[in-house]
Amino acid sequence: MADVFAYIEHNQGVADDSALELLTAAKKIFPDAAVTAIVMGSGGDLDTVCNEMAASYNAVWKVDNAAFSFPDAEAARKALLNILPGDCVLLLSHAHLGMDLSPGLSIKMDSAYISDIVDVEGLEGSTLKVIRQEFTGQVSTHVHADISNGAVINVRPGVFQPDESKAGGGEIVDKSGDIGDVSVKRKYLETVQAEAGEVDITKSEVLVSVGRGIEEEDNIEMVFDLAEAMGADVSCSRPIVDAKWLEKARQVGTSGQTVKPKVYLALGISGSFQHLGGLKGNPFVVAVNKNPKAPIFQVADVGIEADILEFVPELTEKIKELG
Amino acid sequence: MEILVCVKRVPDTAENEIEINSEGNDIERDDLVYSVNEWDNYAVEEAIQIVDKVGGSVTVVTVGDDESEEVLRREMAMGAENGLLLSDDAFEASDGKGIATILAGAVKKGNYDLILTGAQADDGAAEVGGMLAAIMDYPYASLVNTIEVQDGKLKIGREVEGGNQDMYEIEMPCVLSIQTGINEPRYVGIRGIRKVASVEIPKQGASDLGLDPSSVGEAGKKVNRVDYFVPEMGEGAEMLEGSTEEIIEKLIDYLKAKGGLK
Repeated sequence: MADVFAYIEHNQGVADDSALELLTAAKKIFPDAAVTAIVMGSGGDLDTVCNEMAASYNAVWKVDNAAFSFPDAEAARKALLNILPGDCVLLLSHAHLGMDLSPGLSIKMDSAYISDIVDVEGLEGSTLKVIRQEFTGQVSTHVHADISNGAVINVRPGVFQPDESKAGGGEIVDKSGDIGDVSVKRKYLETVQAEAGEVDITKSEVLVSVGRGIEEEDNIEMVFDLAEAMGADVSCSRPIVDAKWLEKARQVGTSGQTVKPKVYLALGISGSFQHLGGLKGNPFVVAVNKNPKAPIFQVADVGIEADILEFVPELTEKIKELG
Repeated sequence: MEILVCVKRVPDTAENEIEINSEGNDIERDDLVYSVNEWDNYAVEEAIQIVDKVGGSVTVVTVGDDESEEVLRREMAMGAENGLLLSDDAFEASDGKGIATILAGAVKKGNYDLILTGAQADDGAAEVGGMLAAIMDYPYASLVNTIEVQDGKLKIGREVEGGNQDMYEIEMPCVLSIQTGINEPRYVGIRGIRKVASVEIPKQGASDLGLDPSSVGEAGKKVNRVDYFVPEMGEGAEMLEGSTEEIIEKLIDYLKAKGGLK
């Protein structure tokens, strides 16, 4: 059986939520495998994360190097190539770091790259059967991969339940001396923090959130009218920010803000996993969309199949009448 | 600066509802409207803006059949000087690695300082840019949302969690995958497309690129999309039915009960 590894993302001594989700995914592929966590970083925080992971994983490989004081995919790829056995299976989170790191790593390891999996069907011989989604979740696909020469697998964040069993009890092995040369042609300079906006949507109790279904910039006004009538704040999905119709600080999603309102009214938002990744705290979700197959209806509490351009003004009118 | 932008022809999700065909093994492709992958338009626009500032030329490349020529022409109408169509029976059914291998063949034949791809496609896996960089041994950055040319190097920003941006200096030649929102892609009218309608677009196959046919296409693939399907849905939302008036009435009751009206 292949050696199985999980790449642990962490920040300031705290492992990312994906850390224990990857363990669940790994065990779904290889139920009897010993799974090794790889924790790369620098300084005291690193040991905290290693100890935490040792409780859950069968082993922890620690890599302590100043190059990893910031999570740099280019340097990490070189280090991983030097420490990983050739035909291993490595799982990562399909987020900003994993998307940077994994495709190139699979080429260098001459192994299969399987991106953004949402479920595992099982392993038959050396054929791994998984499920992915395409077209923003409108359709799913069965994917079969030949992993006889190993695999790099990116796992969608938030779809596998975290493995909280703490059945690891693994030993921490220091691999810092084995990573070789990690100099790269891409130099990290700094992280620019997101600009604060006119409203802080992370504190809003009620959000009226607008997506691509609004069609034109001039139509945005009707969303503000509704929000005003409801006493809510306005947020949005990514396409609205890309089009520069609203400021970045109003974007809900993994690349935007994480919000935790009581009520979330999603208007013309299809519901990509990146968008839903920014919606926490189990709000009451109302979705209005003219496409009855929009993935947002799978997560919403209440759905309305309607064109928001017609529905929103009528709703605003009725709420105003309530006075 | 010589810039190569890799583009892809995809079903346009803004124009189509994506449905499964009657055999249940593919999406329904009859009457499907295709267009350029949305992310690729941003990559082409960025390339054109860089060349406008520092000089050079933009080449757009795609792997596909004759129908893919139309997406090259659309991007050339935006302002890309050259088009290149990589087409061969041996390329059919390539996985991401196969596509990256084909593109690497074209990169090796050229003399490019910078290679751009879209960060992802609706029917893809956000993988080709990173694979291409690894095959070429070039530095790589994904999800790039700003590029600044600085004497022989680039200063770039990567989109990361929480709306933050990681800034890097990257050496050339390099591969960057471009995130939407980096710029505002220019509009292409029918007149613009007519202007480039008769421009010759060279077509190259496996032998032109010096590729072993067994390294690409069906023969070279490790990852195989077997079929498309619609998953068993959970319960999902309670859909409100009735006249618009009735729906609004029900909705307002819900909003009141859940604290959605102040």
